[in-house]
Amino acid sequence: MPVRQNRLHKWLIGGPPLAYLVVFFAIPVLIMVVASFRNPGEFGGLAPIFNDETGSARFDLTTESYGRFFSDFLYTELFLKSFAYAAITTIVCLVIAYPLAMLIARSPKRHRDLLVLLVILPFWSNFLIRVYAWMIILGPQSVFVTALNRLLGLFGMEPVTLLYTPFAVIIGLVYVHLPFMVLPLYANLEKHDPALLDAAQDLGANAWWRFWRVTFPLSLPGVYAGAALVFIPALGIFAIPDILGGTEGIMIGNVIKQQFLDTRDWPFGSVLSMVLTVMAVAIAGLAAWVARRSRT
Amino acid sequence: MNRRLGALWAAAIFAYAFLYAPLVIVVAYSFNDSRLNAEWVGFTLSWYGKLFHNEKMLQAAWNSLLIGITASAVSTVFGTMAGYAMYRFRMRLLPLLILAPIAIPEILMGVSLLIFFVLLNISLGMISIILSHIAFCIGFVAIVVRSRLAGMDESLTEAARDLGATPWKAFRLVTLPLIMPGVVAGALMAFTLSIDDFVITFFTAGVGSTTLPLQIYTMVKIAVTPEVNAISTLLMMLTLALILIASKLSPGSLRAE
Repeated sequence: MPVRQNRLHKWLIGGPPLAYLVVFFAIPVLIMVVASFRNPGEFGGLAPIFNDETGSARFDLTTESYGRFFSDFLYTELFLKSFAYAAITTIVCLVIAYPLAMLIARSPKRHRDLLVLLVILPFWSNFLIRVYAWMIILGPQSVFVTALNRLLGLFGMEPVTLLYTPFAVIIGLVYVHLPFMVLPLYANLEKHDPALLDAAQDLGANAWWRFWRVTFPLSLPGVYAGAALVFIPALGIFAIPDILGGTEGIMIGNVIKQQFLDTRDWPFGSVLSMVLTVMAVAIAGLAAWVARRSRT
Repeated sequence: MNRRLGALWAAAIFAYAFLYAPLVIVVAYSFNDSRLNAEWVGFTLSWYGKLFHNEKMLQAAWNSLLIGITASAVSTVFGTMAGYAMYRFRMRLLPLLILAPIAIPEILMGVSLLIFFVLLNISLGMISIILSHIAFCIGFVAIVVRSRLAGMDESLTEAARDLGATPWKAFRLVTLPLIMPGVVAGALMAFTLSIDDFVITFFTAGVGSTTLPLQIYTMVKIAVTPEVNAISTLLMMLTLALILIASKLSPGSLRAE
């Protein structure tokens, strides 16, 4: 009796949220998988999935959209470009975040929470506001850009444009994702035993060696976690290139948005989304696998 | 040793400056008496005044508030149930469905919900936005509530049960009051996430259901005026206040992710 009652409780409590997430998350994602194998509708969108005008069921599937994706190098190139932007973003985030995470981890305990909070706080301001801020800073009339160009002029160099370039996109990506790199790094570095560094010092290792042979290898799980947390969202982003990138800086997210809202070729948009999902899942899996391997 | 610590401090100060300078600039220019975000001309509050006479902005703020309150209320109930279920029972599918929406790129959730609503003939507007926001907020509430439950003394509930309380009574009178700070923190977090969401709203919104982030996006894309700075500043203050309350109620929940 208690067992049966327990099961009843389990479904009474867990059932409703589970059902909600099945309906409003799992099913939409599955529909998108099916949509990627369908034909586009006559007036854009999707050919009716369940029935056509005569009311008869239609289940014909096609790999035409996938064929188009793989035959037109333009899209592969776009994925490679997005991949490169996300990779550069991850590396720049790592370079900025590492010293910061190290400093927080080595600060007195009573200061750490405040220092971590200071990293998270900007993250809670609206995403668009943070991107807009860079639009101001990198804009052609901004104080920063005018000063920079005056300086370049002194050395006889041409003035530069920063807004609406890939450079602006990378800056925006780094800015928005930086906390995701700092937090896992800090969580890892905080646990390091200082005795290891003392031992290395006693054995004659200088600061450089102590970092590269002790601290850094031990922090690798944090590096992988941070890299996955930065890389995956950066790969699929569309608002940052949309606002800061101009025509030159577009990424895969912009083309997905365009397929769904402007061109209205939903099957092809779904194909692009599927490829993006597969890449994201593969990278998350890879990060988890490498992290597990490095621990043993 | 000191020299190295100095270098570390220099790098850290650079990082903090990088994080804060852009936001300071946005706030500063909201008080600048010039249409351009360039030179400092003089102090004014006129951009805030204009904001309160901007019909579209007020409508967007009202929509955001309505969506935020509804979505956070529903997702708090579902999220608390989910957090409790994951803590108390062996759930196989639920943890996956809690984590997946947080882990995958946001745009995927946006476009899949767009297809879903259009196929079901649910017109895009307030309802579709609220339904979508609930879907991505449940996970965050569940995680906060679960971590609160994990720190709870299990014997208190057991004692209530030994003294003859029904499971429901034990939950309502013992467990729920104990996890309440976590539930409230989760609700505030859900409200913040909903008010702030751009990507998923962008795909699930229709005509007449513009939210604040969508309105900001339109203004940034079409005509930038310091009104954007003014609304940004107000929105930042609101979020900051909510987050500080949430972190007071449930210390550590902000770092849970």
